Amino acid sequence: MAHGPAKGIGRWLFTTNHKDIGTLYLWFSFAMFLLGGSFAMIIRAELFEPGMQIIRPEFFNQMTTMHGLVMVFGAIMPAFVGLANWMIPMMIGAPDMALPRMNNLSFWILPFAFALMASTLFMEGGAPNFGWTFYAPLSTTYAPPTVNYFIFAVHIMGASSIMGSINIIATVLNMRAPGMTLMKMPMFVWTWLITAFLLIAVMPVLAGAVTMMLMDINFGTSFFDAAGGGDPVLFQHVFWFFGHPEVYIIILPAFGVISHIIPTFSRKPLFGYSSMVYATASIAFLSFIVWAHHMFLVGMPIGGELYFMYATMLIAIPTAAKVFNWISTMFRGSMTFETPMLFAIAFVILFTIGGFTGVMVAIAPADVQYHDSYFVVAHFHYVMVAGAVFSGTAAVYYWLPKWCGRMYDESMAKMQFWISFVGFNVTFFPQHFLGLAGMPRRYADYALQFSDWNMVSSIGAFTYGASQLLFLFIVIRTIRSGTPVSEPKVWEGAEGLEWTLPTPVPYHTFSTPPEVK
Amino acid sequence: MSRRATMLFALVLAPVMSLAASGKVLAEEAQRWAVNMPRGVTSVSNAIYDIHMIAFWICVVIGIGVFGVMFYSMYAHRKSRGAVAANFHENTTAEVVWTIIPALILIVMCIPATSTLLKVYDTSEAEMDIKITAYQWKWQYEYLGEDVVFMSELATPETEIYNTAPKSQYYLQEVSEPLVIPVNTKVRFLITAKDVIHSWWVPDFAVKKDAIPGMVNETWTSVDEPGVYRGECAELCGQGHAFMPIVVNVLEKEEYSAWLSEKKVEVAAIRELTKKTFTLDELMAAGEEAYNRSCASCHMANGEGIPGVFPGLKGSAVATGDISKHLDVVVNGVAGTAMQAFGGQLSEVDLAAIITYERNAWGNDTGDAVQPIDVLKFKQGQ
Repeated sequence: MAHGPAKGIGRWLFTTNHKDIGTLYLWFSFAMFLLGGSFAMIIRAELFEPGMQIIRPEFFNQMTTMHGLVMVFGAIMPAFVGLANWMIPMMIGAPDMALPRMNNLSFWILPFAFALMASTLFMEGGAPNFGWTFYAPLSTTYAPPTVNYFIFAVHIMGASSIMGSINIIATVLNMRAPGMTLMKMPMFVWTWLITAFLLIAVMPVLAGAVTMMLMDINFGTSFFDAAGGGDPVLFQHVFWFFGHPEVYIIILPAFGVISHIIPTFSRKPLFGYSSMVYATASIAFLSFIVWAHHMFLVGMPIGGELYFMYATMLIAIPTAAKVFNWISTMFRGSMTFETPMLFAIAFVILFTIGGFTGVMVAIAPADVQYHDSYFVVAHFHYVMVAGAVFSGTAAVYYWLPKWCGRMYDESMAKMQFWISFVGFNVTFFPQHFLGLAGMPRRYADYALQFSDWNMVSSIGAFTYGASQLLFLFIVIRTIRSGTPVSEPKVWEGAEGLEWTLPTPVPYHTFSTPPEVK
Repeated sequence: MSRRATMLFALVLAPVMSLAASGKVLAEEAQRWAVNMPRGVTSVSNAIYDIHMIAFWICVVIGIGVFGVMFYSMYAHRKSRGAVAANFHENTTAEVVWTIIPALILIVMCIPATSTLLKVYDTSEAEMDIKITAYQWKWQYEYLGEDVVFMSELATPETEIYNTAPKSQYYLQEVSEPLVIPVNTKVRFLITAKDVIHSWWVPDFAVKKDAIPGMVNETWTSVDEPGVYRGECAELCGQGHAFMPIVVNVLEKEEYSAWLSEKKVEVAAIRELTKKTFTLDELMAAGEEAYNRSCASCHMANGEGIPGVFPGLKGSAVATGDISKHLDVVVNGVAGTAMQAFGGQLSEVDLAAIITYERNAWGNDTGDAVQPIDVLKFKQGQ
């Protein structure tokens, strides 16, 4: 290639290289993951025993809020944007993203958004304390003054996501190698293409919701205030019209990652490629028409209640098809169980459990008991952590040797997997029990009959937290001193354009497009 | 049946539980290590429990099938056993079958779900109405048509919460005054809130409904067995979210009528007190207690508030200035802030005591004694 990366800090500040920007996104998201994780550790430490020991309830609410916001917007979403930046051009045979300067901008505004949001922790009145779902009027009339920082931060994150999505769509639709038709695209590219459309559709809705809040707080409007002719429930409709597609924004790229790892280590092509594509598209479509299942108890008319129950249950069908496809891919394969595969299998098992509880909470009458209890907390951590975070971890183990030309320490990585797996389940499985027994979520303190499972859950959480530090250690050690690998196909069963490139991947790739047959 | 189901649930899901329970009294441990939803004491809660268990068992069966195939494959089709990969990647029949089967299962699950939901929503022909109003962080119960209204708030002392006293059996699940309803009577609840959104949840009744400011939601219950049932607020409502429990005392019908007439006498007696003139010391003593109950969660017991969030009262312009301004803030609240209108929540006696206390505690020393009758006049004069 003509030239390599620039020297010094300028390389990272001014880079327009998709690999550099991918790296920035991944490190940023891991930093946010540790920050959000440390909030979770504070939460679990406080809930270790009944009674207030470490923090006050007011600060507890700030912790639950910041944990949710940082994990969703700071850790998981940027992690998958980072993977998209790294992998999409290499998977479709493009030299870079379609809009490299915008790519730089969409990353570099993110640290500012999160610095703004995290700085509220040190301000008078404290950080946002109204939950990551920020229901009005708790987040408007009754909010701390720092809510304005939060609103501005959300606007910046939204702008970043929209720019990132435009970039991905432009890249995928215009820069595929000759011969790569849409139905020949790798699954990760497909899932990201669909995710990008979801993002463009719903991030403006979130921006609208926070703007209405801003108006209510500072300019005397009453969008969400019944006393002025508004409606607090309107907020929830607008929020969840964004919020439900948002959970698929998080999980669809994870599906894509898993659809690469399982075939690689089963040494067998992905089963039902076209049905996977259609299932992804159906899930994306359905995600727009089921939002009010988060609101079964706000007093909707029964017709609305029934509609949202039936529509929500429909999502189980394409999701189940995906799980069956992954298992059929394994079936009669020739499997090995390297760390990425272990995380992928754990993903399939735990995500399916999260899917089961998802169907349960979709049943409107039963949701009377589940709603806003720890059962729901368990449910969405099974899909978000065991779904998105496990698949993100799997992706890093899977592609890291390709990126840096060094292999991670397999036995240490397997140990990290088992600690994560056990820690995760010890944390979140008992939360099903707590919720069914009647413990509401977002409680700073609880009645005595919930003591035992809470203690178990906290012990699990500390274990899981520690396993992430081990992950960080393994990654750094691999980059600095892992065993060098040089064959293009790092994994025996890997297929796709990215594996035709030299290892480690050069700074510029596919300057002339490859031919896809 | 319920116990057996719980045990089965535990067996499938939590082998940990049986380990922990061994050697101790199982009945006591079962409550502490509870793993399942209570069956509850209403027809609705029983119906919901049944749906929950049907859904659970369907999931278990599907899970065994799906994971069974996967684990078999992981065992049999591994490279180390010399497995050679097949090359199939499509099978239309299989794909159609595994689309149709889940669809059928879902339809089957929708039938009991729909009929139970209709039941949950059927608030018609209620025999009595209770209006529940949520405040940060307490509940007000109003027996419509009976002229009985009272507040129900956390009775657990701060010392237990902050670990300076041992925790009692019903830690965070005890209230100053429980809601009382008769057994086998269809009670309709009209639920609303005065500040933020709360949610009224009693698991044993399978009643949970959001309390939304400016709206009135309806739900109902009819309890089969007398007893004391405990619940909690289920929607994040600020720092006191975990500290506004619900206790419902379900009485036999005759006992309930006796309770109601007694309650009416009590309400009338409190109203009489409004005309009485109290000394400053009496007001201060009553005021400290009422302040700690109703005001201290924001303004703090030392009157210093939380800087930036809740203003302090120690030396504040309102608490040391004009009495009518002070009355206005306490009775009517401050629009657009977290300061509620306490005029409808507290009795004149409590309001007078609190205002007197705020004007004389923490070195505010104005010497003002505000009498209940002053509060009443202020309210009527508006």
